[in-house]
Formats: sequence, structure tokens, C-alpha cells
Amino acid sequence: MSLETLPEPEIDPERSATELIRLEQVTKRFGDHTVLDRLDFSVDAGKHVTLIGPSGSGKTTILRLLMTLAKPDEGTITVAGQRLYPAPEKQVREVRKKIGMVFQQFNLFPNMSVLRNITEAPVTVLGLDRDEAEARARELLDLVGLADKCDARPTRLSGGQQQRVAIARALAMRPQVLLLDEVTSALDPELVAGVLDLLRDIARSTDITMLCVTHEMNFARDISDQVLMFDSGRVIESGTPEKIFSDPEKDRTREFLGAVL
Amino acid sequence: MTPGLWELVLKGVWTTLQLLFFSALLATAVSFTVGVARTHRLWIVRFVAGFYTEVFRGTSALVMIFWVFFVLPPAFGWQLVPMWAGTLALGLTYGAYGSEIVRGALGAVDPAQREGGIALSFTPWQRMRLILLPQAVPEMVPPFSNLLIELLKGTSLVSVMGMGDLAFSGNLVRLALQESAGIYTYLLLIYFVIAFLLTRLMRGLEKRLKAGVGKAARPRTALPEPVDATLGGAR
Amino acid sequence: MNWDWSAVADFMPHFWDGLLVTLRVLVIGSLISFVLGLVWALLVRVPSRWVTWPVGAVTEFVRNTPLLVQLFFLFYVLPEWGLTLSALTTGVIGIGLHYSTYTMQVYRAGIEAVPAGQWEAATALNLPLRRTWTAVILPQAIRRVVPALGNYVISMLKDTPMLMAITVLEMLGEARLFSQESFRFTEPLTVIGVAFIALSYLASLLLRALERRLVP
Repeated sequence: MSLETLPEPEIDPERSATELIRLEQVTKRFGDHTVLDRLDFSVDAGKHVTLIGPSGSGKTTILRLLMTLAKPDEGTITVAGQRLYPAPEKQVREVRKKIGMVFQQFNLFPNMSVLRNITEAPVTVLGLDRDEAEARARELLDLVGLADKCDARPTRLSGGQQQRVAIARALAMRPQVLLLDEVTSALDPELVAGVLDLLRDIARSTDITMLCVTHEMNFARDISDQVLMFDSGRVIESGTPEKIFSDPEKDRTREFLGAVL
Repeated sequence: MTPGLWELVLKGVWTTLQLLFFSALLATAVSFTVGVARTHRLWIVRFVAGFYTEVFRGTSALVMIFWVFFVLPPAFGWQLVPMWAGTLALGLTYGAYGSEIVRGALGAVDPAQREGGIALSFTPWQRMRLILLPQAVPEMVPPFSNLLIELLKGTSLVSVMGMGDLAFSGNLVRLALQESAGIYTYLLLIYFVIAFLLTRLMRGLEKRLKAGVGKAARPRTALPEPVDATLGGAR
Repeated sequence: MNWDWSAVADFMPHFWDGLLVTLRVLVIGSLISFVLGLVWALLVRVPSRWVTWPVGAVTEFVRNTPLLVQLFFLFYVLPEWGLTLSALTTGVIGIGLHYSTYTMQVYRAGIEAVPAGQWEAATALNLPLRRTWTAVILPQAIRRVVPALGNYVISMLKDTPMLMAITVLEMLGEARLFSQESFRFTEPLTVIGVAFIALSYLASLLLRALERRLVP
């Protein structure tokens, strides 16, 4: 398995040193419940940012807003200098190409083989020809250690294997940003390590920007450049993992970490 | 359309409603008798009831109507008035579909309820009457409501036998006026209104019955199935 | 009771003719209902009340009124509007249209049963809406609905005799014609009655086998 084969994200060098994602004054409500409250938040290109906090604090909602699976009620979202919200549909499609997502429940397409799951979007969205897309998919399957599962149906795979296919599927689009939404929460405990190791490798060997919601604090400590602590729809504390995990400033953070570590 | 023709249509409505009422009554009786029999502890009872369901769900209602009108009289010496012949054919056929509804709803009652009845040393019939049916009947109302609409549509079949129901009155009016768009549109609208009212009626019934066993009317999520789905139930 | 086997023998050639017509009606009618039902199911998902409301109202109307009267309508009214079709064509269109309002509900339920995560994954991969439907949602939905669609084919089989009322010579039509000419009612009507039971039973066995293959 070689990590050199991993796709290089095409990042404009001018911008790579600066911010890639910006949320300004973003508010999201579900009925009477305000999940995100005038949130300001930005991520620099190539950084690995982990969002932690109690459930219901709005972490997953941020990923869903960035993936355009939900719309904010107020505020703006910008990715790589282009508006994602509010924006016309055509521009949304353009900006969304830069973003990939891995879900808690994998969400592989059960009606397609593993290989088709990975080639489908590169062929229909990026316009790659089938051979090229398949070559790319095989490389990625090799990377995630499932080269022999090309023709298998996703439902025949274990949860850990499905999640690794889902990661390969997201990477096949060569995104600049990878959103990871509690990717190990639905896995049996013995399968978690394999998926996390894979993500560690990807984090180390590429400069894909990662936004990660997780309850795996050791993993967060390993890969993160920055950790954001959420509570009740706001960022209450942010800093390097060393800072947040060993010497948090806020009592709420200390309390939360005490409960999960 | 002249008032005379309208009177014809109204008479047709009345015949359709009567036929609907009688055949619904017979179908309900058949549904419960056969449906309950299919849960009987003796295999022979279950077998006979199952056989009935298979045969009557397998036939076409219209073929059944022809059979009752043309084969029964010479074969058994019965000459039924058309209203009873129609009632018999429709009631027996739709009762077979209904028995599946009854059987399904009885099967869906929590087994613990039956065990509770055994623990109280009720007889099987007491368990059926006091425990199973009161809980199962409210669940039967929505599928029975669909079946009732199918039965209403089925009543139009007797017009083929020359019985003066709503559909038949349409044919008479067409012959009288030599024009068909208007009368058939009216006919369809009248059937639709009757169906709408029946649905409303059944929904009210469902609410009352469910309140009786302390359940809220539940939203329906399952795949819709034809009321006369299959023999033996490929479900 | 008097049963005459020679009357059965005389009827059989007519029976086969009728059976062929019945099966033709069933096959083409089913295909129409499968396609049209899917069209309705997709149209009621269009995010515009100007589309969903009329489609919903028309299909509700067709589903809640008798097929027999709808057949009369098509058979007598279409020619008045200058569209003359054969009785068989009219009947096939009528029965297909009627059943499409049922298959529509089946498709709708099947589409709604596809997990939300599938839509989300398609969005995350930036798949165009069209491709999401054709490559992701419909293949999963249709697999789920095949058994329910099959049940409606069996229902449709039992409604094909209604076409007799608009002069189509399917099984019941042949039986009636034979009866009127020979004054024998018992034999032809019993033969086709048994044929319907046998056909429905065969079809349900076939369907159960198919279901087992589709749902592993």
C-alpha cells in the first residue's frame, strides 16, 4: 500500500496558507430549538479541525450545512473564496465539488458494487472516462486495504469495511475538504481502530482539510491542529489539542472531557 | 337531461346503495366467520376456511356474478331475484378478501394477550370475544374501509346483468340521448362522492373504536397492497 | 345438475381464443400501469402545487370510481371526441390507467422507504438530480415494490372480464357468446371460473418465487 498514490487536492498555493472555510453569523433552528446561534467560524486550508462537545450541541449540523444537506436560517458560508450559501444552485454545485463527506451510517449505495460506488460520481460529475475512474478507484481500494472487494456488494461487507469504502468513495472526488461525521460511532468496537488508523494515515500524508466530529478523543488529539469545544450552538473554547485536552480554560470543557475521557 | 332521466339515475343510486348495504353486510359476516375459523385449533376447520378463501379470492367477481345468475338456477333450482343474486355474488367474493383482513388483524394481536386469557382460564371462545376481537377490530377498520370502496366499485358489475343500478342507468340515458360524455361524467362524479362519504364514515368509526382501546389512529406507512392480493398471501 | 362434457369440448377452442386475449390485456395493461404509475409517483413529488394537486386529484378520482364505468366512458365518449380506437385497445388503456393509480401508491411507498442517507450520499457526491433518481433511488425503490406490483397484476387479471362489457372477447366474453349460441351456460362459465382460480394461483406461486429471489 502506498500513500503516494493518494490524490493531491488541487489547492491554489496563494490561498493554501490562508482560510478555506468561513461561516459568518450562521444561525440554524429546528422549530423552537436554536441549534447554531450566530456562529462565526473559519478553517485554514490543510488544517485538521476536530469539533467536540455534548450531543445536540450543533457539531454535526455544521458539517451538514457545509455539505448543503441543510440550509442555514441566517448567515453566510464561504468555501475557497466562493459563496456556498446563499448562492444560486449552479454555484452551489460548483463549490460542492470541493467538499466530500463520510457519514456515520456509511450510506453506500446497496444497489451498486463496491467499485461502482467509487466510480459513479467521478464519471457522472467530473466526467472522467470509465477506465480512468476505475483505475483511480482501484488505487484507493488498495489504499484502504480492500483491493479484493471490488465486485462485492456493500451489504456483504463488515461495518468497518463499508466505512473504508465510503472513505475511498469520498476521496475519489479529490475534495479539498473532507467532512467526517462520527465515522466510527456505528462500528463494532473491534473495527474502530482500523478505520481510525486509515484516517490518521490520510491526515498525515495529504493536505486535505479535515473537519471532524468525533467522540474518539485520542484520535482527535492525534490528528488535530485545532480543537473546537461546542456547547449550546456556540464555540466556547478553541485551541491546540495539547491546550484543550491538558489545560482547558473553561469549566464546561473540563467537565465534558472529564465525562468522556 | 330531462327530469325523467334524472329520476332514472336517482333510482340507480338507490339500487346501488341497497346492493352495497346488503352485500357489505354479507361480506362482513363471511369475513368474520371465515377469518375467525382460520385461527381455529382444529386443522379441518382451518383447512375448509382456507380453501374457501383461496377459491373465492381466485375468481373474478364478474365471473362469479355470471355464475350465480346463470349456473345456480338450473343446477340447484334456485331462481334468485337479481338483488339477492348480486348480494350473494358480491358478498361471498368480497367476504373472502375480508377474511384475510380479519385473520391478519387477529394474528397481529400481542401473543401475551392470549396468554393472559389462558391464565384467567377463559375458554377459547371467551378469549376471542373478550380479548382478541376487541383489540383486533379497530386495526381492521382502515383495510375494511378500502375494501368497502372496492365493493362499491364492484356493485357496478351487476349492470352487466341488466340490473338497474347506477351504472345501468347511465347506459339507458346514453341510449335515450345518443350522447355519452355528460352522463358518464355525472356517473363517475356520483360514485366518487359516495366513495368520499364512505371513507369519511369509516374514518370516524376508526377514531371512535381506537379511542375505545386507548390508541391513537396511527399513520400508515406500510406498502399498499391490493385488497384482493393473492391466494394464500404472498406477503 | 346436468353436466355435458361434449359442451365443454365444443367450448374449448373458444376458450383458448379468450385466454389469449385475456393474457394480452393483462400483459399490456400491466406494462401501462407500471410505467404510468411511476410517472404519477414522480409527478406528485415535483415541488409545485400546480403539478401535485391536479395529479393527486385525478388519480384519487380514477382510483375511487368503478373501472366498468370508466371503460364505458372511454368506449362511448372517445369516439364522440373523434378518437376511434378498437374495443381491445380502449379496454387495455382503461385497465392500465385504472391500475396505474394503484401502482402509483406502491411506488410512492417504495420511494419513501429508501433511507434519507442515500439522498444525502448522492448530494455529498454532487450527483445531478436526474442521476440520483435513475442510479440510486429508483433501483432501490423498484426492487422493494416488485412483490406489491405483482399482487396488482393478479388483481388486474380478475378485472379483465369487465372488458366483455365493451365487446372485447376475452374469456368471459367468449363464454357468454358460446352460451347465447348453444344455450349451455353451466359448462363454459364453470370452465372459465376454474381457469381464473388456476391462473391466479399459478401467478401467486410465481410471484412468491420471484419475491424469494429479490429479497435474500
